[in-house]
Amino acid sequence: MEAPRSVNSFLPRKALDALLSALRDGGYDCAAPVVRDGAVVYTRLQAQDRLPHGISIQQAPGRYRVGFTDSPRNFSWANGPQALKPFVFTAHETLWSARRDPDGNLCFTEPDRNVDPVAIIGVRSCDLAALALQDRHFLDGACADPHYQARRASLFLVAVNCSHPSDTCFCVSTGDGPAASDGYDLLLDELDDGFVIQAGSPEGQKILDRLPVVSTTDRQLQDINRQNRHAAECQTRRLPPGNLEPALFANLDHPHWQTVAERCLSCGNCTSVCPTCFCYRELDQGTLDSDHSEHIREWDSCFTQGHSYIHGVTIRAGTDLRYRQWLAHKLGSWHSQYGRSGCVGCGRCISWCPVGIDLTEEVATIVGAAS
Amino acid sequence: MAGEKTRVAVHKFSSCDGCQLAFLNMGEALLTLFEQVDIVHFAEAGPVDPTAVVDISFVEGSLSTAADLQRIRAIRANSGFLVTIGACATAGGLQALRNVADQDDWVASVYATPDTISLLDKVTPINAQVKVDLEIHGCPVNTRQLTAALRSLLAGVTPVDEQDKLCLECKRRHHVCVMVTQGMPCMGPVTRTGCGALCPGVGRDCYGCYGAAENVNVSSLGGHFSTLQLDPAQTSHRLVSFNSADPAFSPGLAAGVKQND
Repeated sequence: MEAPRSVNSFLPRKALDALLSALRDGGYDCAAPVVRDGAVVYTRLQAQDRLPHGISIQQAPGRYRVGFTDSPRNFSWANGPQALKPFVFTAHETLWSARRDPDGNLCFTEPDRNVDPVAIIGVRSCDLAALALQDRHFLDGACADPHYQARRASLFLVAVNCSHPSDTCFCVSTGDGPAASDGYDLLLDELDDGFVIQAGSPEGQKILDRLPVVSTTDRQLQDINRQNRHAAECQTRRLPPGNLEPALFANLDHPHWQTVAERCLSCGNCTSVCPTCFCYRELDQGTLDSDHSEHIREWDSCFTQGHSYIHGVTIRAGTDLRYRQWLAHKLGSWHSQYGRSGCVGCGRCISWCPVGIDLTEEVATIVGAAS
Repeated sequence: MAGEKTRVAVHKFSSCDGCQLAFLNMGEALLTLFEQVDIVHFAEAGPVDPTAVVDISFVEGSLSTAADLQRIRAIRANSGFLVTIGACATAGGLQALRNVADQDDWVASVYATPDTISLLDKVTPINAQVKVDLEIHGCPVNTRQLTAALRSLLAGVTPVDEQDKLCLECKRRHHVCVMVTQGMPCMGPVTRTGCGALCPGVGRDCYGCYGAAENVNVSSLGGHFSTLQLDPAQTSHRLVSFNSADPAFSPGLAAGVKQND
């Protein structure tokens, strides 16, 4: 349900540091998007760190380049390789460990699940939608995942309505952006001279109440409406509309799966950067003397051999079957499983595919919707 | 073997000895290892008994001479479980590059008396001559890999074959992709994991020293390299350097690399 809004607060740009201070005073670590190794990645800010500005990003299939401008804006770019996934569904973690005591008995222990609260600044609507999907997978039902749950409860989300979608973005066609509708604690619309700011939760309102905001002007509200409209209209990629489950499962023998497999490296970059992919594997790492063992969970991918290995048989040996599994699940059987598609239109799988495979093109060909 | 320690041998053939160092690099864990096993042959570390009958043999190096062939067959016969370690033993290593060069010319350019050198026509990995029970890849292999294999074998469990693409480990470590952001010709999408994504972690492209992952698509990656200003010969060199005797990285495949349209 959409949170009640009062869009009448404006945070002048020079007061942005007050937001960081209020979050820290509220007990949150701050993680913000900074440029590292040629990409925008979320990084924990140190006490005196400020948000970087003037970042620009160009994305294309298999390509991501960071540039810098003299813009005062902090969020005039679309996204980096990470979504919120690494904060909640971590790439590698110990689920439990076992130790043999001096009498030879096995003792099992769970890891410490205390997580310091963290405010993540600059979250986009696509990633909020993806987080809602991961919540459904890890938290709904009788057996909520306690590891995910602890980290999820630690998050304070400062969203930003996306003003600069990349060439690879298609969130309009999935219904997940470019403006956020819910799932945030605070929401910003960025203008050159500051931010229209609103709260989406009681915790967000508490922070907002501590900020030196002024009333918005009609001009500012017109500007953010125009900006949001432009961000939607400038997107050129799109998924075919509607529930693709019937069309995909009617085309399991389509020759195009093999055509994609001739390019696909089966490397798992797409599933690793996908904000909704949740597959993992579990393994045990013991000491040489067998006195101690850690039970590990780490990200896996439907593009690995092990993902479909069952009792001596690899179900999906070839890349055509692995790519089909990914797409038919993500865009097809997610509808039966979770009530919607598993794609939020962030475009990461297109940008971060080393050979630039574009799922919007491939699925359109397979379901017969290619233009 | 009840009541007896597991007997282990470490053998070497044509190689640089670097993979054996992964045992010595265990440090204090060596003391634990010595409590678990008897190392009866390991010339680089001290014990020498090359014809000992053992439970587990680790074999480094590739096969270059007729004497090598006899020796590896004897080692196989004397070993319950045979593990090859490193690019030489699993995929030929650097010395297998002579398989795709003018061997006589190379021998004449290196040795003062080439007529005293007796070589097999081809350098082969161990699995070309005898049954191998487990292959541990890498140039060189590392202590973590050896420890994991030993731990599994001592527990009577089949060791995990680490055969996924390096990209997965790179992403788990949140390294930023050097190919997508900088256009570096990274071998990660065809190279097996196990190194811990060392090179991309310091901002350089993987050069494939851990050998081919399962289900690789060398043709597609080679085609992509051509868009990154690598010609087919340069792509071929990246593929064959350490692991030329691996069919997945063989020169034949490399020569078939397609140019992108």
